[in-house]
Amino acid sequence: MTVVVDFTPVRGLVGGLLIGSGAVVWWLAAGRIAGISGLLGQMVEARGRGGFARWCFLAGLVMGAAGWVGMQGISWSIHFPVPWPLVALSGILVGVGTEMASGCTSGHGVCGLARGSRRSVVAVVVFLSVGMLTVWMVRHGS
Amino acid sequence: MVAERQNSPGRLGAAAWVSGLLFGWGLALSGMIEPGKVIHFLDVTGRFDPTLACVLLAAVTVTALGYRLAGRQPSGPWFAPDYDLPRNRAVDLRLVAGAALFGAGWGLAGLCPAPALADLASGSYPVILFVASMLAGMKGAQLIGRRRVARDSECRFPA
Repeated sequence: MTVVVDFTPVRGLVGGLLIGSGAVVWWLAAGRIAGISGLLGQMVEARGRGGFARWCFLAGLVMGAAGWVGMQGISWSIHFPVPWPLVALSGILVGVGTEMASGCTSGHGVCGLARGSRRSVVAVVVFLSVGMLTVWMVRHGS
Repeated sequence: MVAERQNSPGRLGAAAWVSGLLFGWGLALSGMIEPGKVIHFLDVTGRFDPTLACVLLAAVTVTALGYRLAGRQPSGPWFAPDYDLPRNRAVDLRLVAGAALFGAGWGLAGLCPAPALADLASGSYPVILFVASMLAGMKGAQLIGRRRVARDSECRFPA
């Protein structure tokens, strides 16, 4: 049976509004899609110019999250539901997968869907389905 | 790819910072930087938490409106020479397989690239391990992919 817990719709909507605003700012300023895996991919590839703007984006991302957490006055520790070898494995899967699919939840999920990209619709349906299946297998499968 | 405009890296950097700040703030406020909350969204048959759907709905709506209203200015973007959208239209095995691998990793640890980076500020060792593994995975896929298929440009981060 499905039990809904910790559902925070208002915070979800406001957070989404902020994320969308960030994507719109980037469209206005740079004329491009705001995709985080693409940003990282270009950084590890160490290719092309404009590395400065990528570092600025990363700094903003970290400061935005850290600033909000700091304002709440709560201690910030991240708890994973899986042991560290699986954390490493999931990192590798996310890295390889987003590189192959050329996008993650931001590039395909937010920007791609917003501009009606057929590739993004396919990617989102696939990664949501496989993500749900994975959680089901890990938590309920055995 | 268009050559970068050389005269305004500072302004472009400032815009990138503001954009990143909005992203990070939104991810933190909505709780998407917590792996547990994301896992509960994916846990549709268990303790289901639909918050992520609200985040995505609002983000896509705002972004779509912004893209539609702003459109393409005749003078180009504010601080870059020209608009640069992904050109790849192919729905192929590479896209589907990549999205599937990403989904598996996402479901396993509850992190995707943006929240993982934001979570680096917590200084938690598992987050550092996740990000290092993710970067290694990207690099590995690039080295293999370069030999196989010409890279597409979908979702390339700007700049």
